[in-house]
Amino acid sequence: MKVTIDGISIDVEPGTTILNAARKIGGDIVPPAMCYYSKLEGSGGKCRTCLVKVSKGSEKDPRPMPKLVASCRTTVMDGMEVQNITSPEVLEARRGVVEMLLINHPLDCPICDQAGECDLQNLSFDHGVAKTRYEFDRRTFHKIDIGDKIQLHMTRCILCYRCVFTADQITDHRIHGILNRGDHSEISTYIQAAVDNDFSGNVIDVCPVGALTDKTFRFKNRVWFTKPVEAHRDCDHEKCSGKVTLWYKGEDVLRVTARKDQFGEVESFICNTCRFDKKKTSDWVIEGPRKVANWSVQTANHYEMLHPLPVVKPNPVLQEANKNQFERETRL
Amino acid sequence: MGRKLLLTNINVPGINTFDVYRKNGGYASVEKALKKMTPDEIVEEVKKSGLRGRGGAGFPTGMKWSFLAKPEGVARYLVCNADESEPGTFKDRYLMTYIPHLLIEGMIVSSFALGAKVSYIYVRGEMMPQIRILEKAIAEAKNAGFLGKNILGTGYELELYVQPGGGAYICGEETALLESLEGKRGNPRIKPPFPAVAGLYGCPTVVNNVESIAAVVPIINEGGEEYAKIGVGRSTGTKLISAGGNVKKPGVYEIELGVSCEEFLYSDEYCGGIANGKRLKAVVAGGSSVPIVPANLFLKTINNEPRLMTYESLADGGFVSGTMMGSGGFIAFDEDQCIVRNTWNFTRFYSHESCGQCSPCREGTGWMEKVLHRLEYGHGKMSDIDLLVDVAKKIEGNTICPLGDAAAWPVASAIRHFRDEFEWHVTNPSEALTRNFGLAHYADPLPKKEPVTS
Repeated sequence: MKVTIDGISIDVEPGTTILNAARKIGGDIVPPAMCYYSKLEGSGGKCRTCLVKVSKGSEKDPRPMPKLVASCRTTVMDGMEVQNITSPEVLEARRGVVEMLLINHPLDCPICDQAGECDLQNLSFDHGVAKTRYEFDRRTFHKIDIGDKIQLHMTRCILCYRCVFTADQITDHRIHGILNRGDHSEISTYIQAAVDNDFSGNVIDVCPVGALTDKTFRFKNRVWFTKPVEAHRDCDHEKCSGKVTLWYKGEDVLRVTARKDQFGEVESFICNTCRFDKKKTSDWVIEGPRKVANWSVQTANHYEMLHPLPVVKPNPVLQEANKNQFERETRL
Repeated sequence: MGRKLLLTNINVPGINTFDVYRKNGGYASVEKALKKMTPDEIVEEVKKSGLRGRGGAGFPTGMKWSFLAKPEGVARYLVCNADESEPGTFKDRYLMTYIPHLLIEGMIVSSFALGAKVSYIYVRGEMMPQIRILEKAIAEAKNAGFLGKNILGTGYELELYVQPGGGAYICGEETALLESLEGKRGNPRIKPPFPAVAGLYGCPTVVNNVESIAAVVPIINEGGEEYAKIGVGRSTGTKLISAGGNVKKPGVYEIELGVSCEEFLYSDEYCGGIANGKRLKAVVAGGSSVPIVPANLFLKTINNEPRLMTYESLADGGFVSGTMMGSGGFIAFDEDQCIVRNTWNFTRFYSHESCGQCSPCREGTGWMEKVLHRLEYGHGKMSDIDLLVDVAKKIEGNTICPLGDAAAWPVASAIRHFRDEFEWHVTNPSEALTRNFGLAHYADPLPKKEPVTS
C-alpha cells in the first residue's frame, strides 16, 4: 500500500499504522509518541501528541478525515495522504497537547532521575512553549513504593497507560491499574500491593517520564554524567534475552536498563535479576559503547545542530537572510 | 394539540403493568414484526421513517442498523443506552419509570430486526428505581411469552438483561458503555473499529438510546412512511423534550418536530412561558453539552426567520449563531441567572466526569474549571476570557470521544454570546458577587440584515 506522509511516499504492508509508516521513512516527519509502544499490544491513542491530518483518505475515497487522527492507532489506506509537520493545524494541536501534558507536571527536572532521557523533556523541547499559562496549584500525590525496587511518583505521571499494559502483558492477573478518573486519576496497585514479578522492572523502562524510577539508582547520579555501554550476559531466565545497557560512572555500574531503540522503545524486556542484581562488570560481556542520539539531553554541550550550517557561515547573503536565527542562537 | 406517539397512554392508570399496557394496544408491534415481517423489512421500515438517534448526535437509526456487520456464526448484540446523565436531560428516566413496557416492546422488535439473541439495557447506576421497574416489566413480559425461547411461536428467542452502571457520565459514550458492560473500566475505545463491526465482546453491536428504541414501536405499528409525515424535512417524528430551568411548567413533553421554539417555550400546552413573570435570557436547547444561545438567537435564526424545534433549524447558523438538538434537555435561563456561574457549573461537571484517558480532556477540563471558578468569584483577569477560548479550541476535536467536544462547546459559546457578562465579572469583581448582570441586550430583536448595495 502506498502512503504519502508530508510529501514522501512509501510502500507499506496493509494494517500498518500511519506512525509506523512514518517511522519507516524516518527523520523529522515522525510524529512524537508518548503513550504508543510498539511492543505493547493495545497501547496508544491516549496522549494525542501523534495527531496528524489525513488530507486524503484513500485512493477510493479521497475525502479528507474531518478531525485530526491519532497516527499510532489509524491504519493506512492505499493512496492515503497525511500531513504532519507541513500542516499548521497539526503543529498547533500538538502545541496544545504538550501544554496540557505539562500543566499538571511538576517540572521538577532538576531533581528528577529521568531528566536527560525523558520523553516529555524532549517533547516539550521540540514542541512546547517557554512559558506556562497555568496559574493554579498542580496536583500532587505521595510517593509510594510498588515492590522493593520500584518507586511510583504519581505527581510526574502523564497517564500514558504504558506501565499498565506492561503489567497486564507480563503477568496473568491484573496487579496494576488506574484508580479514580479525570485529572485526579492515578496509577496504582490495589491497596498498595507490591508488583511482584520477574519482569516488573520493565515498567521503569517503558515509563516516558520519571513517575516510575529504579530505587537502586535513585539520586545516584545524573543520566548525562553516566556512560552507557552495551553488554549482555547468559541469563538463565527463559524469557530474558540478557541484552542490556550498563550505565557506568567511573568503574561502577550505577544501573542496568534494557536497550532502547531510536524511538525510545526497549528492544526486548529484561528480567529483574539482570536489572537489579547484576551490577558488577564481571557479570557482563561488554560489547562496546552505546551510540547516543544527538537530540538527547545526554549529549549536553553538543549543540552542533543549533550552529549555522557550514555552507551558511562564509556566505554573506545567507548570513543576512538568517540574521534572526543567528541572533536567537547566539543568545542560547 | 401535537400528535403523541410515545406518550399516548401515559395517563392511563396502571400503564406500567403488563396487563393494562397490553389492553391499550401494547405489544402489537411485536406481533406484527415477528409474524408478518422479516428483519430486513423492519430495518427498511425504520430507514423509511427517517428516525434519527435521540441520544444526542442525531445519526439516522436505520442507517446505523444497516451498517451492522453480519458475519456467520458470530453473535450480534443490541444494547440500549439508558445511561442518561447529561445535566438537563431526564426524558429517558421518565419513559422508563412510567411506561417501561414501551422500551421492552421496542427492544424486542429491534433485537429481532438486528438478529440479536441477547440484548442489554445499560441503566445508569443512580436510577435504581427504574432498574427495579424494568426488571419487573421484563419478568411480566417473559411470563406472557414475549421474551425467552420461542416468542409467540415464531421460534425467535431473546433474553433481555438490565445492567446497572456505576453512575459515570462517560459510560453514556457508546464504546465506554460497552467496556463497562464487559466489566472493565469505562474508558472509551479508540475508533475504528466501530461497535457495528467489533463492539460488545468483539461482536457486532448496535447501541441505541432509550427513546430511539421506543420510537421503533410506533414506526412498526403505523409504518415508516406514516411516521415520516410528522415533522419537517429530515427531522421526522416526535421527540421527547425534558424542559427545565426557569419555565412555568417544567417536565417532559412530546413534541412533533417542527414546532416553533416560541410556541414550545410560551404556549400553555408546553412550557407555559418563563416563571414568575421574568424575561428569558438564554437557552440551552439540548442538554448541557450543546452551545448556549441568548434569547434573541434562540427564538429567531440569524436571518430573522423563526427557529423551529428540529435538528436542522436549531443547528442553523452552525456554531456561530446556532445550537443543537442534542438529547432534548431544554434549559431556560431567566434574567436573574448568571451565565458565568452556569458555565462554571457545567465545566465543573465535565471536569469531574472526564475519564482521564486522553490528555487534552483530562487536563483541559480541569484547567477551564479553575479559570471559570476564578472568574465567577471575582479574581479573574481579562486575559482569562481569551485563555478559555484557546483552551476550549485545543480540546475540541483532539480527544478520543465526544466528551472533549461536549466540554468545550458550552464554554466557547458562552464566551461568544455573553462576552460582556464575562468582562463585567472582571471589571466589577465585588459587584459580581452581590448581583447578577441582568438581561442586558440579550433579548433585543436581532438587527435587520442590511441589503447589499452594489
